[in-house]
Amino acid sequence: MEFLYFLARRLLWSILVLVGLSIIIFTIARVVPGDPARIALGPLATQEQVAALQAEMGLDQPIHSQYLGYVGGLLQGDLGQSLLTQRSVNEDIGDTFAATFELVVATVIVSMIIGVPAGVMAARNKDGWLDNSSRFIALLGVVTPAFFLAILLQILAGYVLQILPVTNRMPAGIDFQANITGLMVIDTMLHGRFDLTVEALRHLLLPTIALSAATIGQIMRITRSSMIDVSRQDYIEASRAFGIPARIRTFKYMLRPSFVPPLTILGLEFASLIGNAFVVEMVFGWPGMASYGVRTILQKDLNAVMGVVMVSGLFFVFVNLLIDVLVGYVDPRVRIRGTR
Amino acid sequence: MAVLNNGSAPASVEEAVPAATISNAYKNWYRFSRNPTAVIGAVIVLIVISCALFAPWIAPYPEQVDNFVDFRARHLPPSWEHWFGTDNVGRDVLTRVIYGYRISLLLVVVVLGLSIPFGVMLGLMAGYFGGWVEIVIMRLTDIALAIPPLVMALAITAVLSPNLMNAMIAISVLWWTWHTRLIYSITRTLKTQEFVEAAEILGASKFHILFRELLPNCVSAISVKATLDAGFVILIGASLSFLGLGVQPPTPDLGTMVATGADYLPDRWWQSVMPGMAILVAILGFNLLGDGLRDMFDVEDVR
Amino acid sequence: MNAPLLDVAGLSVDFATYGRQARVLDGVSLQVRAGQHAALVGETGCGKSVTLRAIMGILKSPPASIAAGSIGFDGADLLTMPARQRDALKGTAMSMVFQDPMTALNPVFTIGDQLATIIKYADRRMGVRRDKQGRKQRVIEVLDQVRMPDPERIFGAYPIMLSGGMRQRVLIAMALLNEPRLLIADEPGTALDVTTQAEILALLNDLVAARSLALLMITHNLGVVREMADYVYVMYAGTIVEHGPTEALFERPSHPYTQALIECVPKLSGTSTFKGIDGTIPDYVDPPVGCRFRPRCPHRHDACFERPPNVTVGANHVAACWLRQPAEEVA
Repeated sequence: MEFLYFLARRLLWSILVLVGLSIIIFTIARVVPGDPARIALGPLATQEQVAALQAEMGLDQPIHSQYLGYVGGLLQGDLGQSLLTQRSVNEDIGDTFAATFELVVATVIVSMIIGVPAGVMAARNKDGWLDNSSRFIALLGVVTPAFFLAILLQILAGYVLQILPVTNRMPAGIDFQANITGLMVIDTMLHGRFDLTVEALRHLLLPTIALSAATIGQIMRITRSSMIDVSRQDYIEASRAFGIPARIRTFKYMLRPSFVPPLTILGLEFASLIGNAFVVEMVFGWPGMASYGVRTILQKDLNAVMGVVMVSGLFFVFVNLLIDVLVGYVDPRVRIRGTR
Repeated sequence: MAVLNNGSAPASVEEAVPAATISNAYKNWYRFSRNPTAVIGAVIVLIVISCALFAPWIAPYPEQVDNFVDFRARHLPPSWEHWFGTDNVGRDVLTRVIYGYRISLLLVVVVLGLSIPFGVMLGLMAGYFGGWVEIVIMRLTDIALAIPPLVMALAITAVLSPNLMNAMIAISVLWWTWHTRLIYSITRTLKTQEFVEAAEILGASKFHILFRELLPNCVSAISVKATLDAGFVILIGASLSFLGLGVQPPTPDLGTMVATGADYLPDRWWQSVMPGMAILVAILGFNLLGDGLRDMFDVEDVR
Repeated sequence: MNAPLLDVAGLSVDFATYGRQARVLDGVSLQVRAGQHAALVGETGCGKSVTLRAIMGILKSPPASIAAGSIGFDGADLLTMPARQRDALKGTAMSMVFQDPMTALNPVFTIGDQLATIIKYADRRMGVRRDKQGRKQRVIEVLDQVRMPDPERIFGAYPIMLSGGMRQRVLIAMALLNEPRLLIADEPGTALDVTTQAEILALLNDLVAARSLALLMITHNLGVVREMADYVYVMYAGTIVEHGPTEALFERPSHPYTQALIECVPKLSGTSTFKGIDGTIPDYVDPPVGCRFRPRCPHRHDACFERPPNVTVGANHVAACWLRQPAEEVA
C-alpha cells in the first residue's frame, strides 16, 4: 500500500517535472529570441511575410494563451509543425524515435551487464591489480568525451581493422523497414531475416560502445563503492560468523542491497546519456531523434526543438518511474515504508 | 553514499584502534602519498592551467593561432617541427591546442563562478530553513535535473546564436543543480548538530548560521565537487562546439578542432585525435585530482 | 573439573593502521567451560570485540593479523586447523549473538530466508540432509523458543517490520539454530531501551541455562555481569588485568583498574558520589611500556615499567599487578 503511495508520489513528481520542463522550453523558444517568426523566415523576409507567419503560429496572442495553446497541443500529442521538414513534428519524431530508443536501450543493457559485474569484481579484489585496472578503465570511460570515443572507434574498428560499419543502421542498398517495433534487431528477427539481425547488431555495436562508456564507468564505480560499503555492514559480518559461503555472501547478501545505488545512478545519468546520444548519433549518422534534433537546432526550427526536448524529458521521466518500480522490487524498505 | 575510498582507515572493527598520537596532518599526508593518481592529476591540472595562462610563451607558433593560412604547410603529419602536425590551413595543431586550453578554462571559470555561488546559496537555504523553502527549491532542482544538460544547452545556444558567451550561459543555466543537491544534503545533516544548535541558542542571526557556521563546513565538499566539475564543464563545452553550437572558428577551441579535423579522417587523424586527446587529458587530470582530494578530505558522498 | 571448551592462550592481535602496526590484543588468555557463563568486561575500545571476532574467526585480514597465541576449542587449536574444518564450526558448534539488532540483519531479505540459509549451509557442512520445509520448521521452532509471537508471520517478515526487541530475539534465534555448544554474545541488547534489554538478557539467561551452554559475553555493564556471569575477565587496553569468580572479584577487586571500574558504578543506596577514571585509553601504536594502565593508575611506581606478573589473589582469582606481588619477592 505504501509502495503504491510512493509510486503515486513519484508519478505526481514526474508530471510536475514535465510541466516545469514545458514552461522552461516554452520560455526559451518563444520568449527569449524575440520573434520566432523572424528567426524562422530569416532576415530577408518581408514584414508582411513575418506578420502572416506570426498569425499562423499564434504569436499575435498574449503569451499565457500561447503557452496554454502549446500545452493543449502537447496534451493532445500535437507538437506543431516543423519548419525544416514542413511536416508535423510528431511524424518526424515518430520516424526517428525508434532508432534512438534502440540505441539507448542497447546502451542501458550493456551498461548494466558490464558495469555491475565489473563493480562486483573490483570490490571483491579491493586495492588489488584487478580493482585498480578496472577502476582506471572506468575512469577513462567517464572522462572520454562521447564524440571523441566515437571518432576513435570509427578510426579503429571502421578504418584500420575494417571489421565494422561506421554509419547508419543498415548497409546501403538494403531496404528493410522496421515497421513492427521500430527496433531493427527485433524486427529483423520477427520477419525471420536473421542475416539482417546480424547486420543490425553490427551497425548497433560501435554507437552503443561510444554511448555506454561513460555510463558503464559510473555504474561500475558506484557498484564497487556500494559493495564495499555493504561489505562493512554488521549483517555481512554476521553472515561470515555463521559460515555462509563467500559466494552466497557476495552474490546474494551483498549484491542485492548494493543494487539500489547503481539503479539510482542510472536514472540520474539517463539525462546525460540522452545528451550524449546527440553527439554519438551525429558521428555515426544514426538516423535517430537526436540527430534530427541537432539538424533542427542548427536551422532554428523551434517547434521541432521544443518537441525533441519535451520527448527527451518524457523519456527521462518514464525511465525514472520504471527505475522506481525496480528499486521497490529490489529493496523491501522502499516497498514497505514508501521512502528510500 | 560512499564512493571510491582509497586509503581510508581500516574500518572493520572501528573501536579497535583509537590512534591518539597519529595526527590529522599525518593521516592526510598518508592518504595522499598512498594515492599517486591524485599527484598525477595535480600535475596534469597544473600543466593545463600553465598552458592557459602562459600560452603566448609556451606555444611554438603563437602567430598561427587563428587567422593564419599557409597552404604549403597544410596537413603535415606530426614531426619535430610540428609535434601534433598541422591542420587544413597549415596551422600548428599544438599551438592551437595550447590556446584551446585558454578557452576551456575560461569556460570553466565563468560557468563555475556563476553556478557555484547560486547553487550553494540555494542548497544552504533549502537545507537549513526546510519547510516550503525546501520544497520549492528542491522541486525546482528536481525539474532541472530531469533536463539533459547538453540538450538544454543546445536549445539555448540555438536560440541565442552560437558563440562562447552564450555557451557559458547555456551551460550555467543547469549547472547549479548539482551543487544545490550536494549542499542541501550536507546542510541537512549539519543543522541537527550541536554547534548549530548552540549558535541558535546564543541567538546568532540566520545570516551568521548560514555563512559562518554551515558554509565553512561545506568548503571541502564544494572544492572537491568544483574540481570534478571543471572536467565535466570542459567536456560539455567541447561537445557543444563539436556540434557547431559553441565557440566559432577561427577561435582555437578543442571541440571545434575535433569536428573540423574529423573531415580528414582517417588518413590525417592527428587533426582531430590530438585535440581530442588534449580534452581527454584535461578532464582526466581534474577527475584524478578531485578523487584524490575527496579521499584526503574524506567527503565520500561527493560525486 | 572438566577441561575448558574454549581455551584462549596468549593471544596477540596486530592491526595495520596508517602504515604502522598497533598491538590491539597483547597476550590474552581466557577459558570457558561447558555450562559456565563468563563475562569479558572493559571500556569501549579495550579489545573486547576484537577478542570475540578472533575467536569466531571473522577478523578482517588485513588490517588485522594474529601475531601469537592459540585458540583452543574442544581440544583443537582453531588457528592451526585447516580452514574448512574451522569454517565447519562457525554458526554450528560455536555461534554468536550480535550486538545491534538494527544493523545485524540484512534489510532486503526476509527473516525466514536469512535464518533458513544459515541452516542450509550448516547442514551442507555437517552432511545433514534436510529439505526446505524441514528448514522452515526448524526456524519456526527456534523463533518460538525465543518467545517470538506468531513465528509463522515473522518468518515472512522483513527486518524493518519488526521492533528492536523483536529483531534482537531474531539475532538470538539465529545463534541457536544449529544447537551450538559455545555461545558468544556481543553486548546483547545495549542498543535497546533498558526494559527491553532486561527482557532480552533474562531470555538469554534462560536459554543458555536450559541448554547448559558455555557462554562468553562481553559488556561494559557491571550490573549485567553480576546478574548473568559466574566468572569475569577484566580487560584493559588489550590485556586481561584481572579475572576471577564474579562474587570474589566484586568483593575483592585486586587490580587498580577493576577497583576504579567498580567505583564508577553509581550505587542506589547511600550518597556516594559518582567517580570516573582519569585519562583515556592509551594509544595502541605506541603503548605505555610495562603495565598498560600505568599512566592512569593512582598507585603507579617504578616497578610498573616492567610487565606485571599474574598474581593469584584467591581461589581462581588472578590479578596482573605489581601491588599484589608478595612483599619478599618485590625486593
